[in-house]
Amino acid sequence: MITSDETLRIGVYVCHCGSNIAGTVDVEALTKFAEGLPHVALARHYKYMCSDPGQELVKRDIVEFGLNRIVVAACSPNLHEATFRRAAEDAGLNRFLVQIANIREQVAWVTEDRQEALEKAESHLGAAVRRVARHVPLQRQFVRIVPRAMVVGGGIAGIQAALTLAEAGREVILVEREPSIGGHMAMFDKTFPTLDCAACILTPKMTAVKLHPNIKLLTYSTVESVEGSVGNFRIKVKRKPRYIDESLCVGCMQCIDGCAFTRAKFPNAFDQGLGLRKPVWIPFPQAVPPVPVVDPEVCLQIARGKCKQGCVEACGERNAFRFDQQERIEEYEVGAVVVATGFHAFDPSVISYYGYGKYPNVYTSLEVERLLNAGGPTSGKLVLRDGSTPKRVGIIHCVGSRDANYHAYCSRVCCMYALKLAHLVREKTEAEVYNCYIDIRAAGKGFEEFYNRVQNEGVQFVRGKVADITPAAGQGTSAEGGLVMKVDDTLLGSIREINVDMVILAVALEPQADANQVRRTFGISCSAEGFFLEKHPKLAPVNTANDGVLVAGACQGAKDIPDTVAQADAAAAKALALIDAGQIELEPNTAWIEEDICSGCKTCINLCPYQAIRADEERKIAVVDPALCKGCGTCVAACPSGAARQHLFGDEQISEELEGLMNYV
Amino acid sequence: MSENGFKPRIVAFLCNWCSYTASDLAGTSRVKYSPRVRMIRVMCSGRVDPSFVLKAFALGADGVLIAGCHPGDCHYIEQNYKTMRRHAMLRYFLEQMGIQPERLRLVWASAAEGQYLAESIDQFVADVQKLGPLRWSGVWEDPWRREDAFDEIAAEHAEAMEVQA
Repeated sequence: MITSDETLRIGVYVCHCGSNIAGTVDVEALTKFAEGLPHVALARHYKYMCSDPGQELVKRDIVEFGLNRIVVAACSPNLHEATFRRAAEDAGLNRFLVQIANIREQVAWVTEDRQEALEKAESHLGAAVRRVARHVPLQRQFVRIVPRAMVVGGGIAGIQAALTLAEAGREVILVEREPSIGGHMAMFDKTFPTLDCAACILTPKMTAVKLHPNIKLLTYSTVESVEGSVGNFRIKVKRKPRYIDESLCVGCMQCIDGCAFTRAKFPNAFDQGLGLRKPVWIPFPQAVPPVPVVDPEVCLQIARGKCKQGCVEACGERNAFRFDQQERIEEYEVGAVVVATGFHAFDPSVISYYGYGKYPNVYTSLEVERLLNAGGPTSGKLVLRDGSTPKRVGIIHCVGSRDANYHAYCSRVCCMYALKLAHLVREKTEAEVYNCYIDIRAAGKGFEEFYNRVQNEGVQFVRGKVADITPAAGQGTSAEGGLVMKVDDTLLGSIREINVDMVILAVALEPQADANQVRRTFGISCSAEGFFLEKHPKLAPVNTANDGVLVAGACQGAKDIPDTVAQADAAAAKALALIDAGQIELEPNTAWIEEDICSGCKTCINLCPYQAIRADEERKIAVVDPALCKGCGTCVAACPSGAARQHLFGDEQISEELEGLMNYV
Repeated sequence: MSENGFKPRIVAFLCNWCSYTASDLAGTSRVKYSPRVRMIRVMCSGRVDPSFVLKAFALGADGVLIAGCHPGDCHYIEQNYKTMRRHAMLRYFLEQMGIQPERLRLVWASAAEGQYLAESIDQFVADVQKLGPLRWSGVWEDPWRREDAFDEIAAEHAEAMEVQA
């Protein structure tokens, strides 16, 4: 039933949208129809309602004719609802007394029959008029934004974002899962195409993170849960025990020398398992923080409770060891989050014909990065498993990328890093190098020039996919044995067998194994291949579906270091723009409880995923916190007594809209 | 229009974040689909009170479509699962009331699936057309017609209503 309130004066505006609407919908007939609707004081049609003159028309009419409700039949409310709300507000009308009837996207553009289009437009317009009669003025609500940001992931993306935010004077909490920040970039030897040493350009930034007064660095830590929403996230961080007090350790590393294990015997994950470490260890010499970590699985003191504790003795009066340290949870309040959790290098052992894991001299590119790195397990010497220097090296591109069986996408960086490895292998060993590629993708600043340079250095390029890797005849699969790469050379038009003694697989970049769990924690989406999904591929490349959560780096898609850094700065700038605004407008359509009716049954409480509803045990009613409510209305739909209500999407408004729809068919 | 000349009246509840945006996309992509569907925007498919669906039928709708985000992609985390539960409950309930449960349909359409939403609407309209009109409009206001309607329903469902010996 329409309210009998005689003071209602509804203004209806039908937009032609040039010929977009008027070409299909008879706007004059629609306006005439509107004139006959109850409480409509005035109905007009105009060429472009969203233009300045169109908005002026609405404003003038509000003042001149005392209109107190506005209906605009035009495009989707997603486009211009805000425009007309603002126009109404400018004319002194509450902004929430406006309703849009979608007659472009939902009528004119999708309907062929003009009569049917008019009927549907009438139905949508009639429903909007009936609905707006039930609108009531609302106050806009704002909440304060916590002027602090969290960056999750301490690779180059996270480091860059954290530094940019910190330099702008904002507090930043940087969370890293590993014992040190640095990520994959810290593992690399050189970076393409300039051949800068990765450590030389990265370690100053890592040190800057450690020294910056605005950055709180939480390494060996993971995000457990995220509550709240844009402007006010409450994030629980799990801090794994290092068994060493970070505030007391000075990074002298004498404990490592003092350890009861005189020789390192456990694989160092940072070195891809090629190097060995002790139970007390540090991933690499420039680690930040420069604090060792104790592996509880193999430390005699922790695992068996019995050790002479040479480490503690070496630590001496600094007394930093804490064998009783426990995992603990810390909670932080932040206004914005930058997710920069990086990528995972594809495991090529699933491609059986490449023989990775079977033939010892088949390596992944990341393993070779460690071998080439002066800080790596061989101190920068490229050697085979038996310690000899390779004389012929094969590099296979697109391992796991551009392959329907693994990842259909191009990992974007493999061509360039494979060229870089080819260059470094020749530089260090003078070995013959064969790069087997499908296409060379060198689309970047200085990339093509680098490709030309590597070609001129004598690297052999074979255009074709490697079909098989087998041990050279009569040499078995021993460490000394050579390998044969069978490749269909598409330029030569024949199958070649190339003898090599080392194969490097240029592996794909793929989403982290726990990407799906991380995306659920932060309430963001993944694209089909599993990388985090940006809000818009072109116009919102660092925003996500969850306001206040931004993405940067390879967690959003495979990309190189320059692009990662650019994206990290973009995410930092977005985070800054958000937290510097100081306050944020709440959803207007929040739920509320009519206290007199609420019976305190608590049905609504369990339905709310935001914990926005709590039980007031004293008054035996439910209470909604408008700052936490996101306005989905699920509780409103479930309330058995009708006590749960919703602003703008109340039962009275939706029911009235429904009656309108069915009344004017 | 079908051969029987019946033009079904269908109400679609579209969630703001996925399905309403999908309908916008169908529009901007100029996908043509049946005009027999009237749309209501709700913030979340979880807002669709079962009574709205019943009311739509009572007001003369021949079919009701609810469209929301795909499971796992709800803008409000998990509210579409509640829609799923209500949908199952409602279908059961509709049957008790003598309304074919096929007259209510739940569709998942992401913001990128304008074409899919349009196809789903066309499919639903075609299916409802096959079911024929519900003829419930105004029935409940008029006590005489209500009696007739009860008799009609009883006749239609005589077999199902027979007490099993």
